[in-house]
Amino acid sequence: MSGGVDLFDLAQKEREEQAVYRRTVLCCGSTACLSGGAQATQDAIRDVVAEKGLEQDVRLVATGCMGLCSRGPLVKVRSRGEDDVLYADVDADAGRRIAEQHLAAGQPVEERTLSLEHPFFARQVRVVLENMGEIDPNRIEDYIAHGGYRALRDAVSTMTPAGVIDVVQRSGLRGRGGGGYPAGSKWKLLNEAKSDQKTVIANGDEGDPGAYMDRTVMEDDPHRVLEGMAIAAYATGAIKGYIYVRAEYPVAVRRLEQAIRQAKRHKLLGKNLFGTDFSFDVEIRIGAGAFVCGEETALMASIMGQRGTPVLRPPYPTERGLWGHPSMINNVETLANVPTIMRRGADWFANIGTETSRGTKVFALAGKLENTGLIEVPMGITLREIIEEIGGGVAGAKAFKAAQTGGPSGGCIPLKHIDTPMDYDSLLALGSIMGSGGLIVMDEDVAMPDVARFFMRFCMDESCGKCLPCRAGTYEMYELLDALVTGRGTAATLVRLETLCEVVRTNSLCGLGQTAPNPVLSTLHYFRPEYEALLVPDGAHLAGLPGAHVAAAAESASAFADGSERSA
Amino acid sequence: MAGVNLKIDGVEIEAPVGENLMQAATRAGVRVPGLCQLDGLSVVGACRLCMVEIAGTPRPRPACATPVGESMDVHTDTPRLREHRRVLLEMLFAEGQHICAACVASGACELQNLAAELGVDHVNFTPPPTRLEMDLSHPRFGYDPSRCVLCTRCVRACAEVEGAFTWGVAGRGRETHLVADLGVPWGEAESCTSCGKCVSACPVGALFEKGTSVGERRVTRALVSTLTARRDRESHREVLK
Amino acid sequence: MSALRAAAGAASGTAGAAGGPPPADDPRVALLTTQLKKVRYRADALIDVLHAVQDIYGYLSPEVLTTVADALQLPPSRVLGVATFYHLFSFEARGDHTCTVCTGTACFVKGADALMAGVTEAYGVAQGATREDGSLSLLEARCIGSCGLAPVALIDGAVVAKATPDALIAAIRTAMEASESAEDAVREAAAGEGGAA
Ligand SMILES: Cc1cc2nc3c(=O)[nH]c(=O)nc-3n(C[C@H](O)[C@H](O)[C@H](O)COP(=O)(O)O)c2cc1C
Ligand code: SF4
Ligand code: SF4
Ligand code: FES
Ligand code: FES
Repeated sequence: MSGGVDLFDLAQKEREEQAVYRRTVLCCGSTACLSGGAQATQDAIRDVVAEKGLEQDVRLVATGCMGLCSRGPLVKVRSRGEDDVLYADVDADAGRRIAEQHLAAGQPVEERTLSLEHPFFARQVRVVLENMGEIDPNRIEDYIAHGGYRALRDAVSTMTPAGVIDVVQRSGLRGRGGGGYPAGSKWKLLNEAKSDQKTVIANGDEGDPGAYMDRTVMEDDPHRVLEGMAIAAYATGAIKGYIYVRAEYPVAVRRLEQAIRQAKRHKLLGKNLFGTDFSFDVEIRIGAGAFVCGEETALMASIMGQRGTPVLRPPYPTERGLWGHPSMINNVETLANVPTIMRRGADWFANIGTETSRGTKVFALAGKLENTGLIEVPMGITLREIIEEIGGGVAGAKAFKAAQTGGPSGGCIPLKHIDTPMDYDSLLALGSIMGSGGLIVMDEDVAMPDVARFFMRFCMDESCGKCLPCRAGTYEMYELLDALVTGRGTAATLVRLETLCEVVRTNSLCGLGQTAPNPVLSTLHYFRPEYEALLVPDGAHLAGLPGAHVAAAAESASAFADGSERSA
Repeated sequence: MAGVNLKIDGVEIEAPVGENLMQAATRAGVRVPGLCQLDGLSVVGACRLCMVEIAGTPRPRPACATPVGESMDVHTDTPRLREHRRVLLEMLFAEGQHICAACVASGACELQNLAAELGVDHVNFTPPPTRLEMDLSHPRFGYDPSRCVLCTRCVRACAEVEGAFTWGVAGRGRETHLVADLGVPWGEAESCTSCGKCVSACPVGALFEKGTSVGERRVTRALVSTLTARRDRESHREVLK
Repeated sequence: MSALRAAAGAASGTAGAAGGPPPADDPRVALLTTQLKKVRYRADALIDVLHAVQDIYGYLSPEVLTTVADALQLPPSRVLGVATFYHLFSFEARGDHTCTVCTGTACFVKGADALMAGVTEAYGVAQGATREDGSLSLLEARCIGSCGLAPVALIDGAVVAKATPDALIAAIRTAMEASESAEDAVREAAAGEGGAA
């Protein structure tokens, strides 16, 4: 095929090269394990391999995240004709021992192994994360050898754009960025827009503080994101793609830049791909620390070098987006599902999960659990299964109190709903949201009004300041929550807080303000007695307030109300 | 011209396609409150005081930014909307320091009028403890940040009508504020042409002409709207080509 | 990108120093020009350019912002508006060392507050501020994506995992002592790392 690479050749060659080695050592080189000392581990193993002259025998790969970050650094040894052996908590010493015993002498270091039957791994279903811990994210050859870019080639050379959209629609894939909008329908909208300047945008802003699914995908399987974008571009008629990555993820930026260079070199991005007239290019844009830039209109403003303030919708981006041209924003995880869906078929994907929530969801499991890390589970799994089986239960013999999903836009799920299936609709019914995948478990020691105040401070700091309800409302709600938490709140404070929740939710311009009250409303709904226990009798609170409050309010009221009706 | 029929607070009205609910309401004799909208400037929909309820839509929509639609049934003054507007206004007052008794715009202030209209006569929120410093560096005009409601009408008038881009919005969240050029005193802003369009666009007394005292605001807000209307008409005139 | 700043700092010996306009042969000017050429002076690359300025100079000064506004042909009010919107841009020089405490949700649940309070008390530096002697800046970050190791902090860009207040305080001391005996250029490079984190 003219201009295109022969992927089969490349994949075949890579597989043959890999097959030469008797053992492969997969060392987790993801950010979490690196901060746990994974580099020293790798160096130690490499040293021993060199000392013992095993270079012809052992292949050492720094892979992406294996998931169980709390037990890192993780190392997996794969030997021809044997089962994989996984090691946890591998510091440099342990690495040396594994190299000496297992790699050189074929004797696994039993006391460091972790069974792959461990429910943390056994309960997971991997679609988006299928390559994590398997491939070297720095090498396009490894991605291709694992089936990468085949879906793109087949789509571009054998399918129509409408055919691709049909597969995505039938798969039931919904947006993983929080809203859950059907991906296929969005693609169709862009496909139908008339323009020769369309763009697709991968949203890698990942603002939920306590979530790192998208970061892991971008860092550890960057080609998957590019392939998903290219398929989306082919299906919608886009000629250009942008990946918006938050600045806090420098490794993701470097890996994506490298991946783009590699894909261009292999003619998997650029002009006339696979000998057709389909051309597509990708550029990276880096944020600068603003949660609101995850909102799609703010994100586009930021890509154009402006303040990241949202603008009113409609018009939706698929009508008028970047520089006025139709654009489509998809979350990184949404796009990362696409290559696998195209390769394995819509029906295969639709069989995972539930009726309305197909497929899997990646969660960043954090908080007071025995096992924390990155997991991918079928939609519809219950919270209990995630916490007790995958998470190994609440840490330190404490009792489970609640789990927060959806971060600052979401809500909490209390013990009585622990058997709720994790899908878009069930979570919504509980007053939470699926969100982008942050899942924080809290034990009995955590006070819910504190949690609400924490999220409100976040929203207040991250409000863009454009619209009044959110700019002033998040501040006032924070002040009220702070008054409650610090013993200065009365029954009236609580009433006022609930009124504000309603006003801010109803009137804010964008999703940030509209959802900022959610953590308050949800904790109030399930844990109201905790708030009530904080109240002090009327009058007593005045003692704790700065005197200026009452006086200044009265003064400005009488000053401006001149001539208007006075009721007080 | 293509038109649609809709109902605003029970008044049936025909409106041209492309008109927004605020404009249609005005023609129907219904005044919808609002601060950030000014005819002739782009629409930002930021103050959220003009929210109206449309039968069949789940949440209220800003009248200034919502196009008219066939058979819409719009309510601009429900108890819920009034209650929300009152709370919003209270929060607006608490963001700054609004001492009407000392303000040039008193009597000609859109904020003051709204407060009277909605019966906001006390503020339940804590205003900032200190006034921000006034900028009196410009030979003809002054700027009092404590009275600014961040409607950005001045910013848009300066950029979209005068083309000077002197005023900008800086900071974010509650720290949002106006800046002239690179944050210099107004009088030192090289881009300012002293045209006064920002002053005429300001709904409150935050931008004012020097030498005016309490209640003496002279500039007319219609100025910017008149200019843009004229400009847009003239641009169609063959004779200019 | 922080390598840019390290290079400039080593060459001029005064990376990030406040004061009047830089001398004409300031190597940082050339670095910025290279960056501007790379983005072909496109106005929509403003945020990229501001990142570069921060890497090269350590912070955004009015003089450099004016240069940027002129180069990209943007109104100064717009440049300042964008620069002040994003939290990662700083308008003051940072300290020699930077301690960044993650205050994301996972770290909050595991006691980020105590870390912050511990450092504040031990080193007399408020959150978001720099010590008077310029030795240490204390910043907060919103989730650095190592939630599995919560609570975490960064010292000059290096992660301290599952931190306790005592461990963090000790790690800061180690970093400060290490730089005391080191060369100036080395110290500049370390501060650059912190700025980029
Ligand atoms: C305040 C706010 C923050 C958001 N942050 C993100 C984010 O970090 N990542 C993301 O993918 N979507 C985020 N979203 C949702 C996006 O606006 C958008 O809906 C999403 O990227 C669409 O992709 P999807 O359809 O694939 O989910 C955010 C929305 C709001 C209102
Ligand atoms: S809701 Fe908040 S973040 Fe959204 S536009 Fe309004 S002020 Fe900005
Ligand atoms: S100065 Fe006046 S016109 Fe400008 S933003 Fe403030 S209130 Fe609006
Ligand atoms: S007038 Fe409509 S939002 Fe301000
Ligand atoms: S919350 Fe601290 S690393 Fe994610």
